[in-house]
Amino acid sequence: MSSREEILEKIKKNKPVGAILPVIPDFPGDGEELEKIFEKSLIKNSGNLISTNSINDIHEYINKNYSPAQKICSLIKGIEGNVDIEKIADPHELKDLDLVILKGEFGVAENAAIWLSENTMGFRVLPFITQHLIMVLSKKDLVENMHLAYKKINLKNVGFGVFIAGPSKTADIEQNLVIGAHGSRSLTVFLMN
Amino acid sequence: MVSHAKNAEKFTKDLEKVDWHDATLWGARSKRDLAAKSIPEWESLRTLASQIKENVLANLDEYLLEFEKNALLNGAEVFWAKDGEEHNKIVGDLLVKHNINNLVKSKSILTEECHLNQYLEDLGYDVVDTDLGERIIQFAKQPPSHIVTPAIHVKKEEIGELFHQYIGTEKGATDPQYLTEAARGHLREKFLNAEAAITGVNFAIAENGGFVVCTNEGNADMGANLAPIQIACMGIEKLIPKAEHLGVFLRLLARSATGQSITNYTSHFFTPKKNGKLYIVMVDNGRTEQLGREDFRNSLKCIRCGACMNTCPVYRKSGGYSYGYTIPGPIGSVLAPGRDDHEYASLPFASSLCGSCTNVCPVKIDLHDQLYKWRQQIVKNGNVDQSKKWSMQMATYIFEHPKLFRFMGKTARLFMRLSPRFLIYNSLNKWGKSRELPDSPKQSFRDWYINHKIR
Repeated sequence: MSSREEILEKIKKNKPVGAILPVIPDFPGDGEELEKIFEKSLIKNSGNLISTNSINDIHEYINKNYSPAQKICSLIKGIEGNVDIEKIADPHELKDLDLVILKGEFGVAENAAIWLSENTMGFRVLPFITQHLIMVLSKKDLVENMHLAYKKINLKNVGFGVFIAGPSKTADIEQNLVIGAHGSRSLTVFLMN
Repeated sequence: MVSHAKNAEKFTKDLEKVDWHDATLWGARSKRDLAAKSIPEWESLRTLASQIKENVLANLDEYLLEFEKNALLNGAEVFWAKDGEEHNKIVGDLLVKHNINNLVKSKSILTEECHLNQYLEDLGYDVVDTDLGERIIQFAKQPPSHIVTPAIHVKKEEIGELFHQYIGTEKGATDPQYLTEAARGHLREKFLNAEAAITGVNFAIAENGGFVVCTNEGNADMGANLAPIQIACMGIEKLIPKAEHLGVFLRLLARSATGQSITNYTSHFFTPKKNGKLYIVMVDNGRTEQLGREDFRNSLKCIRCGACMNTCPVYRKSGGYSYGYTIPGPIGSVLAPGRDDHEYASLPFASSLCGSCTNVCPVKIDLHDQLYKWRQQIVKNGNVDQSKKWSMQMATYIFEHPKLFRFMGKTARLFMRLSPRFLIYNSLNKWGKSRELPDSPKQSFRDWYINHKIR
């Protein structure tokens, strides 16, 4: 008997009976503005939030904080980087990126998690390998909590998807919080009206 | 045979460290409380999570088949391993087949349970653990002492020394920022050169064949999303039926573990990456047997958050190594005897049965009840040491004979009052080792009651 059969056989013999799946409610909140909840959550996760009406603010922010000598890759229309993702053949070529700018598909207010799927990031490693990450999110794309988030996600035809809720961090040395463990050293979210 | 008490003695020698350990883990528990209280539906979520897992256990064979079917459709390859040995061989064979020289690994308690690192090192591989905590204990040649924060027992001075020795940081450096930065540089090289990445699995989804991995560091993603070969190792109990159930479990997991609302990275893997391969290894290793134990099968609901350890007064004061099992604390003390009730007979006794573990468990495992039930089984099977057996038998006899009980009580009260200190506080009195006994009362409650009733 193969291990597969053996395991399945043992489960059949040993499993308990019954137990139907419960219905999961949406657990709607008390009506507090989602933007405010999202901001509080993001700050707790060590991310920064900038609310804005205009894409020019993003330009300005990048010009102020990054030099033209740095490697910047943008996947957002209207924001130019100097690394063209179309010309990258192997994800290892992304190793020197300083800044990546991506569009978040939607955000979750209760924990500031922003959903990205492979379709919107080109290479799976893109949001992780960069030194700094900017995500642009539309205010209308905020949902309250994770139950509503999973109602919104279409996982069909997604090879890889990720919720990013802050910069890379660790507390493995005597519980001291350090930002920038392996992934991006910062996360800035531009929340657009 | 593991003796929790003897192992704990080693840990408790350094009282300052014990106090630090105790306070730090209590800090995690306090953060968990704040996070839980911030969600009005917290208790409903715990009930839902427990019910979903109940359903998983009752249909585990079908969910595994459904998961396998969908994972294959996604282009992954699926392996079944009945024990740790088979799991290790599957992983080792995959590495050989693909001519892997460099591999990175993110945290997986399952692979710790199977001792995969040792197996691969014996094959000649340099296994690189990439979670910072795991890298620290790998340098120190130690197993994890906690399932979420594996290096919680190591002080920054010791980490500084290890990093100086292995990755060339300045001698005497202890600044966490500096040490983390050095590890970042060291491990980036490893990520960029890795041909294979091994990850654990937090949740595997039957309806779509995908799985979810949660980290704060992003190390699982740096590994799995760069290396052409990805191997995910999971216990068969990691299954959940549908993606919508992630909503429940992800709301509970990080809040229970560290008090965060979510880990900063929650990755969902479905297909192999472009030009890559994706392998999934599903491991039994005693889980199907635990499923057959009616009293203990609930322990398979565990989502490995570590909340029961953080809250446990015994764990906090005795450290993870005192348990001598990969998973320490209350959940480890319930799982370990299922693997070997002789070897791990002392673990269910390493508890005050205060029930705090049960109260914080996000999937409502009846931990302290199970610990109590294991004690009964272990005594019945004759797996307790002689002194415990003998004292229990004596206590049983005394409790069964009321006159003798009263006589013994009176004698003991007198003895306690009149004896010199060395007669009371000696090696026979384990309770009095680091504590003072309360003052002995002049009369028993029974005498007091009779006196008052007559009046």
